[in-house]
Amino acid sequence: MDEIRLTVDGREVKVKKGATVLEAAQAAGVYIPTLCHDPDLEPYGGCRLCVVEIEKMRGLPTSCTTPATEGMVVHTDTPAANDVRRAAVELLCADHYSECLTCPQNQRCELQKVAAYLGITRLPYPKTTRTFPVDDSNPFFDLDRNRCILCARCVRACNEITCVGAIDLAYRGYQSKVATFGDQLMISSICKSCGECVAHCPTGALAPKESRRPTREVLTTCPYCGVGCQMSLGIRGHEIVSVRGKREDSPNKGWLCVKGRYGIGEFVSHPDRLTAPLVRRDGELKKVSWDEALDLVARKLASYQKGEVAVITSAKCTNEENYVFQKLARAVLGTNNVDHCARL
Amino acid sequence: MTNSIGELKDAACILAIGSNTTAAHPVIGFIVKQATRKGNKLIVANPREIELVRYADIWLQQNPGSDVALLMGMARVIVAEGLLDQAFIEQRGENFAAFRESLKDFDLDSVAQITGVPVAKIVEAARLYATTRPASIIYAMGITQHSHGTDNVMAIANLAMLTGNVGKPSSGVNPLRGQNNVQGACDMGALPNVYSGYQAVSNPAVKAKFESAWGVTLDDKPGLTLTEIMDAAHQGKIKAVYLIGENPVLSDPDASHVRKALEKLDFLVVQDIFLTETAQLADVILPGVSFAEKEGTFTNTERRVQRVRQALAPVGEARSDWWIACEIARRMGGKGFDFASPAQIMAEIARVTPSYGGITYDRLETGGLTWPCPDEKHPGTPILHTAQFTRGKGQFLPLKYKPPQELPDAEYPLILTTGRSLFQFHTGTMSRKVGGLNKFMGEELVEINPADAAALGIADGDTVRITSRRDTVAARAKLTATTPPGVVFMTFHFAESPANRLTSPALDPVAKIPELKVCAVRVEKLKQSVAV
Repeated sequence: MDEIRLTVDGREVKVKKGATVLEAAQAAGVYIPTLCHDPDLEPYGGCRLCVVEIEKMRGLPTSCTTPATEGMVVHTDTPAANDVRRAAVELLCADHYSECLTCPQNQRCELQKVAAYLGITRLPYPKTTRTFPVDDSNPFFDLDRNRCILCARCVRACNEITCVGAIDLAYRGYQSKVATFGDQLMISSICKSCGECVAHCPTGALAPKESRRPTREVLTTCPYCGVGCQMSLGIRGHEIVSVRGKREDSPNKGWLCVKGRYGIGEFVSHPDRLTAPLVRRDGELKKVSWDEALDLVARKLASYQKGEVAVITSAKCTNEENYVFQKLARAVLGTNNVDHCARL
Repeated sequence: MTNSIGELKDAACILAIGSNTTAAHPVIGFIVKQATRKGNKLIVANPREIELVRYADIWLQQNPGSDVALLMGMARVIVAEGLLDQAFIEQRGENFAAFRESLKDFDLDSVAQITGVPVAKIVEAARLYATTRPASIIYAMGITQHSHGTDNVMAIANLAMLTGNVGKPSSGVNPLRGQNNVQGACDMGALPNVYSGYQAVSNPAVKAKFESAWGVTLDDKPGLTLTEIMDAAHQGKIKAVYLIGENPVLSDPDASHVRKALEKLDFLVVQDIFLTETAQLADVILPGVSFAEKEGTFTNTERRVQRVRQALAPVGEARSDWWIACEIARRMGGKGFDFASPAQIMAEIARVTPSYGGITYDRLETGGLTWPCPDEKHPGTPILHTAQFTRGKGQFLPLKYKPPQELPDAEYPLILTTGRSLFQFHTGTMSRKVGGLNKFMGEELVEINPADAAALGIADGDTVRITSRRDTVAARAKLTATTPPGVVFMTFHFAESPANRLTSPALDPVAKIPELKVCAVRVEKLKQSVAV
């Protein structure tokens, strides 16, 4: 049997065999608070926020690691479960830098979301006083451990997605922290700066240096290598301020590399971009109008014999453009001398 | 690729040869490493100790240019030990007897001598690849950029057919294409011998079809390839070039020759987004736009056609490249260039290109489509050759080992091989504009094995001079065991240390691809650390 039927908060739901109780709840439209859970990563059971009560089962199992079984009856919003969640989040908040207004993750923070869900408005514990220095050594993102909740999503993303393993949880107990090998700065580690850790951080602990929010997003294809990663460019005015991988219907399943995630906005908006047609006159390149430049090109290209002209097209240009370039070569210039850097 | 990227995760065995996947195709690198994390097997064949070696079950450190011997040696083991897929060979293959006969030239002792890989490792790799199914082969320019690059690819195809690893999920022969749209540019007929969809210009029926579609008379004689165009320009036979979005002064072999060829032109038009090293030679420069400022499609390495969408208005007076080309065509009296949008161009592409016949912008709105996609009902084809090959049966090809055209000698005792860094891209036109990427790799670092460096009196960070039969280039040295003794490694990202001034213009006779992966050089420490 490939399908399982169970009941979550009185709602009957069908899920595929192998699904977890958390996934079943989500399929039933029931919200269970989570912090360490991430659909891109293997179940972890670290934050204890997804605990639920399951009839005929002892204690409070974590729904993210418990497989759904036929006929299971799950209660997610019970006093016992909420007590555990509350205690966990209160402790996290007590050890968390809470200047939310100046946090790059403000209003997107998952800790804010669960604290709000649980109705935590004051803390029974004094705040901790320790301060970690911010590791801002990487040119693209900062690691601010004052905002870290030790959910290990960054560590797991680095291990499970990129398989680089640049970071891990180091030390024990209260001393625990996300660290590189030998507790060096990020820039001195084997980190490849793909930013998967940043993309999977639920708080502002790992955040891009460019923290301005886009006002709109445009889905497109990465211009670097041939993998064809699908990405959303976050636009603010005339600039690209963020890049996000697309998870569904994409070759990259949401993942990106350092060039795709951090290497686009700067070249697109670079001051050295060519902004007007130029024609060489007396050895100097002079700005001219489009009409003048295009007429000159058309007149000159028409002045040669068919075999004396060649068109070199671009593997960076679109299909439509390459089609037009070769059509121009063949149908107008009358030559099959058309090629591009396919061999380089 | 014969198969799709996502299938790699379920390949029970991956053979990665001539591909520094984690540097050149980082996200595919993720997937290969994820496969090993599940316990799937990985064989890496590469002269350099690339990052993937750390994840590999077997590392075959072959000498640069010895891939045919290595792959045929593996095939010999597979045949000798009966690990082949007899049913597949009988039903889907032909010419197997001649191929088997050709394996006689590849006795393992000779193969070990040519490749530098011990016999035991070749046997182990052959057994692992043949018995762990489905197995997928991924390769890149480390296979193709040789004077015998076509033979290398054929050797890979032989190996895949021998074990029945074609036409099935998570198997196949999977070239990883280097540029975002190099697959698409080829598909669109930006090649001297074919129209879009690989329809041969020499085929009379194809010629008639395009003459009718375009309303013109067409030439049935294939044109010149990029390297041939440069030679012809050098000889004064090509007088004018319209070059769009390429930088051959840095990307092409024997770059000094390329520069001289372009300087000899009577008229050079360059269309680009930056004043590249090539654009600096132009008579007219036309400002195109970046991918973020235009609509269109790219076709990725798995043949998936995906949308490019305009996110920003063009900078200054820059215009879309398709618009510029159409304007030139119209001003020359060309008919059939009155496109109002890339969607209209795609409609024409679909009309004249069988493999793109079912691709429309409406369909692409919800996700990519993998060609062949012959009609609007067709879902696309993620796996090729499931029932038969394009030519019918798969032809096993007998092969001979041919050494690289330029080998080390007393004067040029080291092999130079080239490749890419994760942190830069191609000639750096885009990536070198990004401050953070430059922080990771801001200049060329010639990788030299510490043993060779010691013999040459070179310390880490010294400025060295690298000289080939063609030219001399200066760069700082990086001492690393990643690159084996006898070999030095450079990228071609940096105009200040242009590696392609050194590389060999020797061509593969069939594919006309240059032998960028092997040339002979000597390396000397420069007394003063200034550029030559």
